[in-house]
Amino acid sequence: MAVAAETTKWSRRRRLTWARAGRASVPYWLILPVVAALTAILGYPIYSLVRLSLEHYTLFELIQHHGQYIGLKNFSSVLHDQVFWHTLLRTVIFTVVNVGATIVGGTLIALLLVRVSGWVRILVTSGLVLVWAMPQVVAVQVWYWMTNFQNGVVNYVLTELHIGNYFEHDWYQTTFSQLGLVTALIVWGALPFVAITLYAALSQVPGELVEAAEIDGARPWRVFLDVTLPILRPVLLILTSLSILWDFGVFTQPYLLIGQAHINPSNYLMGIYLFEEGYLKTDYGRGAAISLLMLVMVAAMSVVYVRKMVKIGDVD
Amino acid sequence: MSSRVFRRGGWNTVGIVLFAVMVFPVFWMISTAFKPDDQINSLTPTWFSTSPTLHHFADAIHTPFFWTDVKNSVIIVLITVAIAMTLAFLAAVALAKYRFTGRKLFIVLMIGIQMLPGAGLIIPLYVVLARYHQVDKLSGVILTYLTFALPFSVWTLRGFIIGIPKELEEAAMVDGSTRLGAFVRILLPLVAPGLVATSVFAFITSWNEYIFARILLNDQGKQTVTVWLSYFLGTSRHQDWGALMAGSTLTAIPVVIFFLLVQRRIMFGLTAGAVKG
Repeated sequence: MAVAAETTKWSRRRRLTWARAGRASVPYWLILPVVAALTAILGYPIYSLVRLSLEHYTLFELIQHHGQYIGLKNFSSVLHDQVFWHTLLRTVIFTVVNVGATIVGGTLIALLLVRVSGWVRILVTSGLVLVWAMPQVVAVQVWYWMTNFQNGVVNYVLTELHIGNYFEHDWYQTTFSQLGLVTALIVWGALPFVAITLYAALSQVPGELVEAAEIDGARPWRVFLDVTLPILRPVLLILTSLSILWDFGVFTQPYLLIGQAHINPSNYLMGIYLFEEGYLKTDYGRGAAISLLMLVMVAAMSVVYVRKMVKIGDVD
Repeated sequence: MSSRVFRRGGWNTVGIVLFAVMVFPVFWMISTAFKPDDQINSLTPTWFSTSPTLHHFADAIHTPFFWTDVKNSVIIVLITVAIAMTLAFLAAVALAKYRFTGRKLFIVLMIGIQMLPGAGLIIPLYVVLARYHQVDKLSGVILTYLTFALPFSVWTLRGFIIGIPKELEEAAMVDGSTRLGAFVRILLPLVAPGLVATSVFAFITSWNEYIFARILLNDQGKQTVTVWLSYFLGTSRHQDWGALMAGSTLTAIPVVIFFLLVQRRIMFGLTAGAVKG
């Protein structure tokens, strides 16, 4: 009898610990599918990327499923390549210009949205959302058509406005003009997200604060610097880091707008360099070395953003 | 007072000009798509055509592989979204409702992965998928789309689940429901709008995706609409701008409609918490 009681007590206790352990393992079971899937489709490829970057791996090896280990030769080949350094420098300048234009433009639009009448605000916001919704590949085709040298509407409008004679002006001749067009396209596509997010943040700025500053005789510029900007800072930080990451790794717009026929080492951006050298030339080993260098740079740049977001995610 | 009204008028003018400049490319796409060829190719543009035609849409639809590629896109997108939502929902519940060791690392990964540039991943994804004979197959593309759809959906759904007051769930449990019962009857209906919004957004990103589809699908009968559109000019001997713009409009329509539906719900995903809207 006593033994029986002892056993039930013991088994109940065991059941309790099991139940507790079971409950504690619930979140792990819940994240398991995502973790397993991402390990297979992303973790394993990234592991392969590291291995590939140390191997001689071309179309022949791809068919054989087996590369030849060559140590750091791919890296030294890339790092001794003038094209790599020029591309890196060009991409950095391109990113700075694009991010600068996007953030400054977005801030100006957000400030404008605060000042216009209600119906204009609705009009502009709807327009922005419409632009935001445009798929990148579609936007490229439209811009390509607008900037066509023969009957592109851009040349017509610029000539009519007496900005210069743009009759049959070919925008796809010089690197500067090609990348300028890509910049215009990217900034146009990125402005809505930045402007609308900043406008939402601006609506958090207490009106009394601005009025008080104005009554104190502060000039609009000082009001912006001392009252508005500090409130916008966290959002600006996040938007800037996001834009840097997106513009540095950009591929679709420059690749399609400049077009395969005009792409050459003098207008490479990082993503395109990688695509041409690694994928098109089927030198996957060397391409892997470039990818790895690029991903490390992006990872370093994303630290600010990820830390900020994790802090937010952890508080909730 | 009158100077204030005057100033507002000035800002309104700036706003209207801005609207016109920003929306112009979209307007020009639609306007060109409906214009007869002689008006498109004239050196003096016609802003509003008085004789609109559906001719270009017919041309675009009848280009080789249009319908096949639309079908491919739909298949890829639907399967990607279905898998992503199922797996991500579970993980999002874990993030929103439980504290556990490794939670922070998991969050870092979900946010960090979304920041990886697609271009940086094409080489390893191509080589690995080639090894498993997944090149030129829709299944291979689906796998690559999950690399961005999964982390995005986990992070966004987590935000929606957190938004549901804990008390509601607790109230149900006090009433005698089990945790699972409370979950199914209380949490699920409340989170349904979030599930819809997240799926729609995952749908849009997958539909718009270009680079993975470009490197993995070389067979013309296996491509997606974005790849179809990107090769459009190459397939016609003369630059058929009308048909190109009609094709562009057709590609954009589903995305624009869906985007307008969910934009409000989703837009803060990437900046969540920084703007308390």
